[in-house]
Amino acid sequence: MGNTTGFASYFKLSNVNWPDMGSATWETIWMTVVSIIVVAILGALLGLLLFETSSSNSILVKILNWVVAAFVNVFRSIPFIILIVLLLPATQVIMGTIIGPSAALPSLIISAAPFYARLVELAFHEIDHGVIEAAEAMGATRWQIIFKVLLPESMPALVSGITVTSISLIGYTAMAGAIGAGGLGNLAYLDGFQASNNAVTLVATVIIVLIVFVFQYLGDFAVKHIDKR
Amino acid sequence: MIEFKNVSKTFNAKEGDVHAVKDVNLSIPDGKIYGIVGYSGAGKSTIIRMLNGLEFPTTGSVTINGSEISSLKGKDLRNQRLKIGMVFQHFNLLWSRTVLENIEFPLEIAKVSKNERKEKAQKLIELVGLEGRENAYPSELSGGQKQRVGIARALANDPEILLSDEATSALDPQTTDEVLDLMVDINKKLNLTVVVITHEMHVIRKICDHVAVLDAGKIVEEGPVLDVFKNPQQAITKRFVNQETSSASLDDTTVVVSELLDKYPNGLIIRLTFHGDQAKLPIVSEMLRQFPDVDLSIIEGNIHQTQEGALGSLYIQLLSDHHDSLDGAIEYFNTMRVETEVIKRG
Repeated sequence: MGNTTGFASYFKLSNVNWPDMGSATWETIWMTVVSIIVVAILGALLGLLLFETSSSNSILVKILNWVVAAFVNVFRSIPFIILIVLLLPATQVIMGTIIGPSAALPSLIISAAPFYARLVELAFHEIDHGVIEAAEAMGATRWQIIFKVLLPESMPALVSGITVTSISLIGYTAMAGAIGAGGLGNLAYLDGFQASNNAVTLVATVIIVLIVFVFQYLGDFAVKHIDKR
Repeated sequence: MIEFKNVSKTFNAKEGDVHAVKDVNLSIPDGKIYGIVGYSGAGKSTIIRMLNGLEFPTTGSVTINGSEISSLKGKDLRNQRLKIGMVFQHFNLLWSRTVLENIEFPLEIAKVSKNERKEKAQKLIELVGLEGRENAYPSELSGGQKQRVGIARALANDPEILLSDEATSALDPQTTDEVLDLMVDINKKLNLTVVVITHEMHVIRKICDHVAVLDAGKIVEEGPVLDVFKNPQQAITKRFVNQETSSASLDDTTVVVSELLDKYPNGLIIRLTFHGDQAKLPIVSEMLRQFPDVDLSIIEGNIHQTQEGALGSLYIQLLSDHHDSLDGAIEYFNTMRVETEVIKRG
């Protein structure tokens, strides 16, 4: 068993079970990637809904905007660790289990999608209104404006938004891991903290930091490539 | 033919109602360049935006070739908009698209096939003189080049009408003239109606056939450009015309006039307005030959080119010991159909 005292305990790499570490890494990446894909789609839809309903005179549209905004604000305010617990029964119904990486998905998505929705709405509002008006003056339909103006013109902001969101998602997966969702957080908590094996904690941390760096780099690279302003 | 009938527009603002446009009646003939000039806040933008349904009149009607645009909605309005091109002060190009793709944009909206789009956009690039810049992004272009893209884009769906919303106001004088020349060129080549709004009389003088002067939402003066320049009726029109026809500022001229009056209290200061071919005739020297006792000093003068010919104005002081000669000189100018305005009689 590991030694809990002294700096040297961090570097007892012989205590690390590398195959476990590898599969935990894959679980973390899997949870992050799957939830990012869903969050990107769901968040974009919610953000679009918020944007499109934000400046209407119709009372029904105003109510819709209010409801969506309230939903977004409420779920954005709930601390993630509480949200997981709150969603346990729902997770059981949706995923059929409350243990393992796939059980973490509902709470990851529900916490990150409203956050991303706000970023999407903000990105759409940043588009020069004159450009949207020019498209209207050309006879564009609402859908043409969405697909040919809103999305391409806000793409750098949408991508940097998803980068920020995915980095906080990586943090959330670790938290979810602590209560049984698998991944590096789970490993660091069970094998690192509870078994007093500091080397495992350190290695898991380094891997998570590396994953964050890779996501950040990919995001920045993509933004640089698509931003022609 | 574009017609505004009793058009008014009221915006409901928090501070109370704003009457942006008041009882405007206008008819704009086909194939002409029609200018609407006014200071900012006069209601120019509101008027031009009613032509493509970006604004709707509160009362009155706006019709284009008989179809009432102010009553169109949904698909009908969008179809009508396809036939109206618009150029904007701040270009409003999509930065995420290249020059070629920006020009293809309205064609995509009109669901034109890909091959046809490419071909059409390429032709328009040649028309506006942007060959070789097809694959550049707007951020790589100068202001004048961006506006050329704006114009090409506005022409993509073969519109019947081109609207220009302060298209040159963000450009430097040299580029402004290039863009204006392009607009005249296009008006002649494609025979389309152009409606221009601007606060610069220079734009009106250089390209327009007709002009309407807008003040506080009302049209205060309207007519062929040369007539309005020659003979402005309203104070605001005079101010606009002076902005353009006197190269020195009016203040400078006033200073010179009062100095001359101090020196030669008997002098007569007049303004002559020449237009068309008269501007090229030696009328002043002929007058001096006819009235040899008249002396002359020039205070200020200039000449401008309009769509209907040259327009010149000249401030001069006439000196003579005989009042008859001075009156005769004015008489002579009048018979030569040069307009005279006595500024000061010493």
